[in-house]
Amino acid sequence: MLPGFPHAEPLAGLAGGILIGLAAAVMLLGSGRIAGVSGIFARATGVASSSMPRLAAWAFVLGLPLGALLVMALNGPLEPRFLSLPWIAVAGLVVGVGTRLGSGCTSGHGVCGVSRLSPRSLVATLTFMATGIATVAAINALT
Amino acid sequence: MRQRLTSEALVALVAGVLFGAGLALGGMTDPARVRGFLDLFGNWDPTLAFVMGGAVLVMAMAWLIQPRMIRPLFTDVFNLPKARDITPRLVIGAGLFGVGWGLAGLCPGPGIAALVIEPLSAAVFVATMLVGMVLVRLFEKDA
Repeated sequence: MLPGFPHAEPLAGLAGGILIGLAAAVMLLGSGRIAGVSGIFARATGVASSSMPRLAAWAFVLGLPLGALLVMALNGPLEPRFLSLPWIAVAGLVVGVGTRLGSGCTSGHGVCGVSRLSPRSLVATLTFMATGIATVAAINALT
Repeated sequence: MRQRLTSEALVALVAGVLFGAGLALGGMTDPARVRGFLDLFGNWDPTLAFVMGGAVLVMAMAWLIQPRMIRPLFTDVFNLPKARDITPRLVIGAGLFGVGWGLAGLCPGPGIAALVIEPLSAAVFVATMLVGMVLVRLFEKDA
């Protein structure tokens, strides 16, 4: 519980964040790469070429749902609240274009780049946080 | 060579599983929670600040270790981003990504992890994201 924010889950958030940080650390120290999901997904699907073996890219991508399954098995079912499919389709398209142009997403820039104090990643992270906040504010104002 | 490939794929799988577990545990596979985090001027949910904080903190330690290593544990060289320029492309891409992130409350990692949580919605997100990535690639080929 966090005073003033009854719906917040700070401890679960922190635990999840530590796992994500460990994942990124395993990737960096184990195989010398950035754990950037959009880039690795692009590599796995063949959209992007990189020095990462495709087998390794697919192993990482498939690991993501496996990890979620593990949490559901140990921690009980998750209750996600998704929007309707048309919104999701538009958002997916924009995310796909944006992450290729911007060379990364919340993982590559937000976690790996920010923790490295990379100027590019700091700029990218501040930018996508700002437009994300503006988008939610605009939708809330209009609906 | 084959042994290298296998060990790199195993490292990626372990990282992917840890990453997916962290996303699910931290609430990032729940789009409503993500949008709650971006709803800074409304009913703000700070949970994701703890996710990002935890991840960045752990990863910052990995960045302190990395320069002291001659090579990664399971591969020959570090393959790290070398780009340093802050380009319009970076800012436009990150900005677009943030719009999509705010619209649906999904970024690439949670979208892929959610394939086992809310299969249809997540599949639509992942498929349209791939289309967006392919579009960027097609335009770049023309340029």
